[in-house]
Amino acid sequence: MVEFGGWDMPVEYSGITEEHLAVRTRAGLFDVSHMGQIELAGPDALAVVQWLTCNDAAKLSVGQIQYSALTTAEGTFVDDILVYRMASDHYLFVVNAGNIMKDHEWIVAQARARGGDVAIVNASSRYALIAIQGPRAEEILQTLTAADLASVKYYWFTTGEVASVRATISRTGYTGEDGFEVFVPPAQAERVWDALLQAGKAHDIKPCGLGARDTLRLEASMRLCGSDMDEHTTVVEAGLSWIVGWKKDTFLGADVLRRQKAGELSRKLVAFEIRDRAIARHGYPVVRSEETVGVVTSGTQTPFLKKSIGLAMVPVDLAGTGTKLDIQIRGRVVPAEVVPEPFYKRPGKQ
Amino acid sequence: MYPSELKYTQDHEWLKVDDQGATVGITDFAQRQLGDVVFVELPDVGRQLKQGEAFGTIESVKAVSELFAPVSGEVLAVNPDLGSHPEAVNARPHEAWMIRMKPSNPAELSGLLDASAYTALVK
Repeated sequence: MVEFGGWDMPVEYSGITEEHLAVRTRAGLFDVSHMGQIELAGPDALAVVQWLTCNDAAKLSVGQIQYSALTTAEGTFVDDILVYRMASDHYLFVVNAGNIMKDHEWIVAQARARGGDVAIVNASSRYALIAIQGPRAEEILQTLTAADLASVKYYWFTTGEVASVRATISRTGYTGEDGFEVFVPPAQAERVWDALLQAGKAHDIKPCGLGARDTLRLEASMRLCGSDMDEHTTVVEAGLSWIVGWKKDTFLGADVLRRQKAGELSRKLVAFEIRDRAIARHGYPVVRSEETVGVVTSGTQTPFLKKSIGLAMVPVDLAGTGTKLDIQIRGRVVPAEVVPEPFYKRPGKQ
Repeated sequence: MYPSELKYTQDHEWLKVDDQGATVGITDFAQRQLGDVVFVELPDVGRQLKQGEAFGTIESVKAVSELFAPVSGEVLAVNPDLGSHPEAVNARPHEAWMIRMKPSNPAELSGLLDASAYTALVK
């Protein structure tokens, strides 16, 4: 067990490789109850969400979800989040465990400064969150719910009962695989967990820890806030321009992000691959003629692709696909190459 | 669990002494802490090691860790199979050896832990 965002969590159950492969080929089950939930409701909820987050929340229908970020006035990350539209004037943010308090204080302070009729509640203790991920996830979960899962599209949610427990069922995840995240009351979480493990037995479902969660998300080149980006990294630098609602009115950090999009960008997060037998881990320097010019933000040997991969923040002139990078690994310079994202894309993804 | 014919170190290496020299690997406790091993980096044959000196690295998906010489001596051989099958360290930790050495100071051997002392250490 390791301490993570104030929670004691298992790094692995049966082994990172076995858990990782279970998710890619069958199904894996994750207890991600450490994730936080902050709700915003009231007549001005949309206006406040539009001001606080960089994506265009006006595009969301009720029942729809988007990946977004809480941004500072400098266009950097307070946190990366999922925005759920629960009702016409009610939004739910799913935030990172270590940032719950910080995010809540930030949202309250910024909403107050902006003004508007909106109630903001840290509802994290009301939700346990269980993720079932993998190509068999729908089939397994369907045996425990009357909700029609086939009709729930990627990044949409529905409500219903799972193992007779009221739940919000969201077709989302942090693995690059199809799957669901199920929000349930904490008191019933164990029952839902056990029911899913039981229902998944025929598919050899595996409980998965933080280790596989990290290798899976990185293989899908999904960012980890706090590791790949933080309050000093802008959304554009993080390679996440696609989560900026460029057409919407102003929002926190809009000016900086627009200038960077127009070309005023000095560095960028890129995906790299190492062909040598070595892993570049978080914090290892990227060098050019013996000078440190960048840094590895995530790196691993991926169990499914069986490649040494990672993300690094580098000067823009080193950010093009095919560019050779030199990464210093414990005193040795190891060659890497910038590659297109994502490393892994699931078969048949729309 | 921990074979009685092996000697052990506080750094979780094992050493097996025979007529021709000594074989070195990491213990079952060490491989369980590391998780799935993906690379093992080993020294050149002929290198002279001092007791406690780092002679290589072992890398798992989770972490990277140094390998330490249980005793002083020359490296006689490295296990050629670990390059293509590093997972053998997880599957058979007390057989998947890393280096063979020629111990240069027999007195160091008596300072190593026996199986029962090592079992107590990792309890």
